[in-house]
Amino acid sequence: MERLKIDIRVPNQTRYLGLIGRIGEDIAHTLRSYRGDREELAYHINLVLTEAITNAIRHANEDDPEKEIRVCIGVKNDRLIIRVYDQGSGFDLTALGNHEFRRLDEHGRGVYIIRSLMDEVDYQQHEDGYVLEMIKHLR
Amino acid sequence: MIVQIDEREAAVLINVKEERLDAHNSGELKTQMLNLFEEGKNNLVVNLEEVRFVDSSGLGALVSGFKNASARNGSLKLCGLQPQVKSMFELTRLHRVFEIYPNADEALASFE
Repeated sequence: MERLKIDIRVPNQTRYLGLIGRIGEDIAHTLRSYRGDREELAYHINLVLTEAITNAIRHANEDDPEKEIRVCIGVKNDRLIIRVYDQGSGFDLTALGNHEFRRLDEHGRGVYIIRSLMDEVDYQQHEDGYVLEMIKHLR
Repeated sequence: MIVQIDEREAAVLINVKEERLDAHNSGELKTQMLNLFEEGKNNLVVNLEEVRFVDSSGLGALVSGFKNASARNGSLKLCGLQPQVKSMFELTRLHRVFEIYPNADEALASFE
């Protein structure tokens, strides 16, 4: 059984999206027991991290560069667990993507993408902000 | 530099020179396209052959360009999509919106 836990803190800035996305891809490549398409999993982890962090930076933390984003990535019991912590007062996850976006909307696809690619998605209050938890079952 | 712009007779070819098109740089692509629209250049081809990763912000910038081109009686077409990028268009059903060509030559030829 694989066990892994990574804890990252970065400033509330989009310039770190690529860095964290790459870490997510590298984790997918280290999962020895995963039997599915590893390249696809790597892309999907990169993508959900990018979408979740962008929402945290722009919506929850309101683009405040003094705030911080914390990302925890863990693997336990064939479950990949990603948590993205913000320091904001939360945002309405359903307003961002529970409804069907219109074909030519410029925004609103991020949460749809996360929900499409992950098995469980939850957004809850946490100590000094909110946390978005995304779980993928590694079958 | 996020894009390299190549003005051809039939259309303007926008080569995206980034491995990632995400919330960090997609605003710049949008601005570059708006500059072209303001110059009256309404037929665009966006070449994504160097782009390995696109997120919803990147898709949003392309949708913005598509809408602006259409509103000005022009069109925005795409080419050079890598497999994972193409899968993003399929997931969000945007492959039904954009005309997508394998390479820049075929996309440009479609304007002639």
